Amino acid sequence: MTTETTNTRPRRALPSMSVLGPILALIVLVAIGASLNSNFLGAANITNVLARSAFIGIIAVGMTFVITAGGLDLSVGSMAAFIAGLMILVMNAALPTLGVGVPIILLGMLVALLAGLAAGLLNGFLITTLGIEAFIVTLGSMGIYRSLVTWLADGGTLSLDFGLRTFYRPVYFDGILGISWPIIVFALVVIGGEILMSRARFGRHCAAIGSSEHVAHYSNVNVNRTRLLTYAMLGVLVGVATIMYVPRLGSASASTGLLWELEAIAAVIIGGTVLKGGFGRVWGTVIGVLILSLIDNILNLTDLVSPYLNGAIQGVIIILAVILQREAKAKG
Amino acid sequence: MTGTPVLSLRDVSKSFGPVEVLHGVTLDLRAGEVLALIGENGAGKSTTMKILAGYQPATSGRILLDGEEVTFGSLHEGEEAGIVMIHQEFNLAEQLTVEQNIFLGRELHRGWLLDKARMRRLTREYLDRVNCHVHPDTPVAKLSNSDKQMVEIAKALSRDARVLVMDEPTAVLTASETRTLFERVRALKAEGTAILFTSHKLGEVAEIADHVTVLRDGAVVHDGRAGGIDEDGMATAMVGRDVSDLYPAKAGMSGEVMLRVQGLDVPGQAEAVSFELRHGEILGIAGLIGSGRTEAMEGLCGLRTASAERIEIGGDAVTIRRPSDALDHGLCYLTEDRKLRGLLLDKPMWENLTLQSLEKFGGVLIDRTAEERALDRAISEFDIRSGRRDMRVGNLSGGNQQKLLLAKVMMSEPRILVADEPTRGIDIGTKQQIYAFLRDFAASGHAVIVISSEMQEVIGLADRVLVMRTGRVAGTLTGQEITEDAIVRLAMGLGAAETERVA
Repeated sequence: MTTETTNTRPRRALPSMSVLGPILALIVLVAIGASLNSNFLGAANITNVLARSAFIGIIAVGMTFVITAGGLDLSVGSMAAFIAGLMILVMNAALPTLGVGVPIILLGMLVALLAGLAAGLLNGFLITTLGIEAFIVTLGSMGIYRSLVTWLADGGTLSLDFGLRTFYRPVYFDGILGISWPIIVFALVVIGGEILMSRARFGRHCAAIGSSEHVAHYSNVNVNRTRLLTYAMLGVLVGVATIMYVPRLGSASASTGLLWELEAIAAVIIGGTVLKGGFGRVWGTVIGVLILSLIDNILNLTDLVSPYLNGAIQGVIIILAVILQREAKAKG
Repeated sequence: MTGTPVLSLRDVSKSFGPVEVLHGVTLDLRAGEVLALIGENGAGKSTTMKILAGYQPATSGRILLDGEEVTFGSLHEGEEAGIVMIHQEFNLAEQLTVEQNIFLGRELHRGWLLDKARMRRLTREYLDRVNCHVHPDTPVAKLSNSDKQMVEIAKALSRDARVLVMDEPTAVLTASETRTLFERVRALKAEGTAILFTSHKLGEVAEIADHVTVLRDGAVVHDGRAGGIDEDGMATAMVGRDVSDLYPAKAGMSGEVMLRVQGLDVPGQAEAVSFELRHGEILGIAGLIGSGRTEAMEGLCGLRTASAERIEIGGDAVTIRRPSDALDHGLCYLTEDRKLRGLLLDKPMWENLTLQSLEKFGGVLIDRTAEERALDRAISEFDIRSGRRDMRVGNLSGGNQQKLLLAKVMMSEPRILVADEPTRGIDIGTKQQIYAFLRDFAASGHAVIVISSEMQEVIGLADRVLVMRTGRVAGTLTGQEITEDAIVRLAMGLGAAETERVA
């Protein structure tokens, strides 16, 4: 056994299209935006775009792990609405005893995180232990949470007490050093997610399971536990996103978080994660989220195309992203 | 019986990019003759077959059909000319029925509707001709490997195959299934079909082939009547050196008991399996496919639900419920199915190598440099040959995949290795390396269990042989008792009384 081998290490190859594609698309979008509207690159607009991306972004990071491990979660949008409703109800109910102050906000946050964890664990339990298809389980829970929040709001809107809302607002609108809280939390989630995905055992196990469940099982990977953890983690991140979201409007209704699940999945796919699992990258997801929000932002800032066509343009981008990745794979 | 050739290759070469993999191959397929094409993995057998069947064009040289030069533009044109290739990994739609598979892509019509009655009649006729008794409505997923093989042949018959190209048809078959297949091959031969087949089992080649062509490094190194070359000669021609010492010398004596298993039950698969394994020993497990060998060992290693009265490792009673328990006790299972259970085919080598023992590469974060060092060591220790270091594992040859799988399993530093079919579908040179490795491993104070369907392998490698039949231990053979005859008798449930006395 020699310590030195004659085998040469690979030269650093040029990044492939699947790596460059999303980055190039983002650069093109920024260039288009900047050329069409001088306010585009202003601090106010950038903050606005990032803060709005944060909700979907935080959820999409969790979704990256679920999809990488060969799963799917359609329930996240409804889950966010349900958690928001629950948070508002609990905080309003606790108002007489706790009064307006930090404790009641912390209580609300705790409720959101626990509800998210419970919802994620429930999805994960049904999918792993009972072995029901992820698509079916989360399609079901999507309907359940959406219906529950409608029922809790009695078909209308659940509003946070006015005094409480004023106290909670800074969580969305303030920050440190001019960077608002949602952006800071988003950045932390992304950094943690990227490390977990690319450098930690958990990420490696997720990719192995998504690539082949059997091989993972025979390689001493606890398939069910790892999958369960991806759903639980996604649930908690939905809770985190909701904590950031509630102070923005201070209310929840049947239309809260509508289609967030599709935006999150789209961001993950645009970012280069493989839909059928086996390969995922968190930084790609971030680029995917930014691409989707920038399209929205550019259409709103300019009168080039009607903002009503936003969905159509996003749809084209999603399909294009997958085609580009497939070509890259065929060549590589 | 040497008529004019039906299909011939004349000086055919094939290059992939700048690399020439076939150099001037010439061979003839004659009606009513079986040609065995043999060679090590990577010798060019698959490429030759694909050119013959029209899957790939040749770079230079001529293909003659009935003496006329032809070029197959596509696989379809090959089939039109009556050349059918049966792949090692079956080319059947698992969810469709036998009948739907046989007529897939060329369904018979009456007007706009399917002519179900005629397809049913023909299906039964084809199945009868290959002596296969499955119902035409059975989904293919439910068939055994040998029945799938027969359905493939029936499918070939439905295409009026004049030339049948079979890529390792016996690799997944048991001995009795192979006999059935060979009967059918002889029948087809008698009807005038020209047959080409490949196999790593040289005994079969000697049995069935009329003509033997040996490829080495993309060139024909031997071509002649089957009677003119024996198994040793074939092996020597394939490898280019003498391989008569295929199996390493056995251990003279073995140490104390390392693993003791009592009353192992795997629901529906194996029951009351008891045995001992000693330091320095290689224990062979023989038995027909379906005798519960694999299932019992997977149960032992925590890979499937199982219970046992008592399991002792190194004298201590242990409980094994999941794979991690087994690994904690130094017990590791090497799967028989490297493609579905062993390796992530889409991933590079390092990711596969360390998957089972990631905890050795850093606590929370993985140490990539250490992973690369581990790959360096594995490449040199196990002689893994790959074109590029970061190549997808699916693109490695079978033998190199197997060596990587072995390296991966060894990363978890087992004391007891359970190797299930450790040399399935790999060439003789690599086999020799793996046998030597297993023997060295056992000799260095560890112990090995080898499950194998290849009788010669069990006989050549194992110090003791445990024979399983219908989920139970049928008997144990030691030393001189280990003969093909004794194993077959135990495996088939004949004359067990005589051997059980010594067990």
